[in-house]
Amino acid sequence: MKEETLEKLRILTESAKYDVSCSSSGTVRSNPKGGLGNTVGGIGICHSFAEDGRCISLLKVMLTNYCIYDCAYCINRKSNDIPRATLSVSELVQLTIEFYRRNYIEGLFLSSGVVRNPDYTMERLVRIVKDLRTRERFNGYIHLKSIPGASQELVNEAGLYADRMSVNVEIPNEGSLKVLAPEKDFQSVFQPMRFIQQGMLESKEERKKHRHAPRFVPAGQSTQMIVGASPDSDKDILGLSAALYKRPSMRRVYYSGYIHVNTTDNRLPALKQPPLVRENRLYQADWLMRFYHFKVEEIVDEIHPDLDLEIDPKLSWALRHPEAFPVDINRADYEMILRIPGVGVKSAMQIVTSRRYNRLTSYHLKKMGVVMKKAQYFITCGELGVKGVNELHPDTVRSFLLPTPAGFKKKKRNENQLLLPFGEDV
Amino acid sequence: MRVFQYDRTFDGLLTAVFDAYSRKAFPDALQGEKEPLPLFCEESYLVVTDENRSQRVWKALQKKLSASALSCLTISYLSELPELDMHLFRYIQKAIDAPKSIEINFSDPDVLAVTNIFRKVKYERSRMLQFVRFQKAVDGTYFSIMEPLYNVLPLAVEHFRDRFADQPWLIYDGRRKYGYYYDKEKLTRVTFEEELPHFISGKLDDELLEKDEKLFQDLWRTYFKAICIRERLNPRKHRQDMPVRFWKYLTEKQ
Repeated sequence: MKEETLEKLRILTESAKYDVSCSSSGTVRSNPKGGLGNTVGGIGICHSFAEDGRCISLLKVMLTNYCIYDCAYCINRKSNDIPRATLSVSELVQLTIEFYRRNYIEGLFLSSGVVRNPDYTMERLVRIVKDLRTRERFNGYIHLKSIPGASQELVNEAGLYADRMSVNVEIPNEGSLKVLAPEKDFQSVFQPMRFIQQGMLESKEERKKHRHAPRFVPAGQSTQMIVGASPDSDKDILGLSAALYKRPSMRRVYYSGYIHVNTTDNRLPALKQPPLVRENRLYQADWLMRFYHFKVEEIVDEIHPDLDLEIDPKLSWALRHPEAFPVDINRADYEMILRIPGVGVKSAMQIVTSRRYNRLTSYHLKKMGVVMKKAQYFITCGELGVKGVNELHPDTVRSFLLPTPAGFKKKKRNENQLLLPFGEDV
Repeated sequence: MRVFQYDRTFDGLLTAVFDAYSRKAFPDALQGEKEPLPLFCEESYLVVTDENRSQRVWKALQKKLSASALSCLTISYLSELPELDMHLFRYIQKAIDAPKSIEINFSDPDVLAVTNIFRKVKYERSRMLQFVRFQKAVDGTYFSIMEPLYNVLPLAVEHFRDRFADQPWLIYDGRRKYGYYYDKEKLTRVTFEEELPHFISGKLDDELLEKDEKLFQDLWRTYFKAICIRERLNPRKHRQDMPVRFWKYLTEKQ
């Protein structure tokens, strides 16, 4: 390990950072004697947070950023003039181990540019994770990118060592993908996904027969879509996510607001700012599908193909369906309580268990952490004086709940003036 | 107003519950032994911690509450928050009086308060798993120091013991002045007679560092800077997820 590794690490991190997945969730593994590390399951552990607010859980790095492909949206494409580097197997293994021992990271997220051909690249990735698991007896988390076009044998071997594998869809529409990434098509993305799923299902069957049969990608697979690089609507994006979540192996779909890295390419929109609000709304919609029992057709449809950027998708659904409200907190099903804007999974659970003991009032709800500012228009609990969404009008409620424009939030005060509190403005 | 004074231990609290039932007189406030009594105190009673009595209360609770609710009680106690003990006292009292378990009645202010404090303690524990940073010393020991808000080190050490089973380490709580040392075989609670300088600064002196340690710290800082996407800077979120109070001991923030 020498000083020059520093520069290599910098280059290869810069190249890897646009992949947003970072989670270390989904596998529980304790440390057998003589090994190093464990994984905790649950939501994983984030060890640090970068200044862009994204969590750092894994050492996210590329083996090399040389690439034979020329995808328009990618910083590492062949035609870009950027510094290139390659880490050696021993460097990468040592970095992972030493970072892990200092509690900097949960494990390794390894990806690579495609050199020579997919199989050659995949083979080198597999060698590193194999080294980590077998020679170093490393039990931390490993997330491995599957290289599109790699053979099934290599994916099968990689799955024995990795906790999670992923292939990025990137563009939710095959037509747009063909334009932006001429060497790729949907087949090259979905084929490795199928390999991973097949391996997982086989191992599951196997483990039913023999308890010690090896696990295969126990934390499942994830994927990523770029938002705003192609003209696709939120309906296209969420429709594809919903279809992917139907597969038994898909755990997470990540959305990555497009950042205009390749400024000279005219196939891409010249965005000054990445579409962060839209990305945030997509994540909210994703959460609705995964934890709030929403169907994708309820979130986006033909008339509303895009998410409302001003209000969250759950509130947006509620305003489009005033007939479903008000919901009686003391009687309604859990499913329906989950749909009230301002009520989260935690408070919904607390409401359902607590109302067996006594009637709940708005006071209880507030104490449990329900956002009453939103919820008050959509519930009845016996004593609420506020007019509901049906008495007012969805549009009126919407206008009440719009975020206040910046600058109007607080009255500006003259710092030099003495202020006497008379009870009104304090 | 009736005040119970006790030694601020969990056993003391359980003894207080026992004494309240046997005297048929329940306190309006609980406080530590040496603290001055409030102004309008009509009656004060000094609880003498007795393991026999506390065990009997605990056994009664085991019949009334699930295992997870019981651990919620003990873990919330590690918060060391002064407002907790009265909530806990009433929680235990209600649990004993009620015909069926009250642990999921979150409309009860005491159950809700204890549950919320329990959550906070668990959250602080997970913060510890996140933000402990080891520095490798010349003798091969991995050294780390932290100042958690609540007394969560005992809850966190098992995690580190399993994870770093093949390396000796020391994690020190700078706020409560004790730590845990693991020598690859057993875990010991340690205190030090004098505060060494690196317990205050959190940094080992250069001559105490293993020779590659500086390089790995530089590598980690390089990584931390490189992974950030400049177009997406979000300092507010950054501070929300990694509060400033942890920065003192974080390698990447030096």
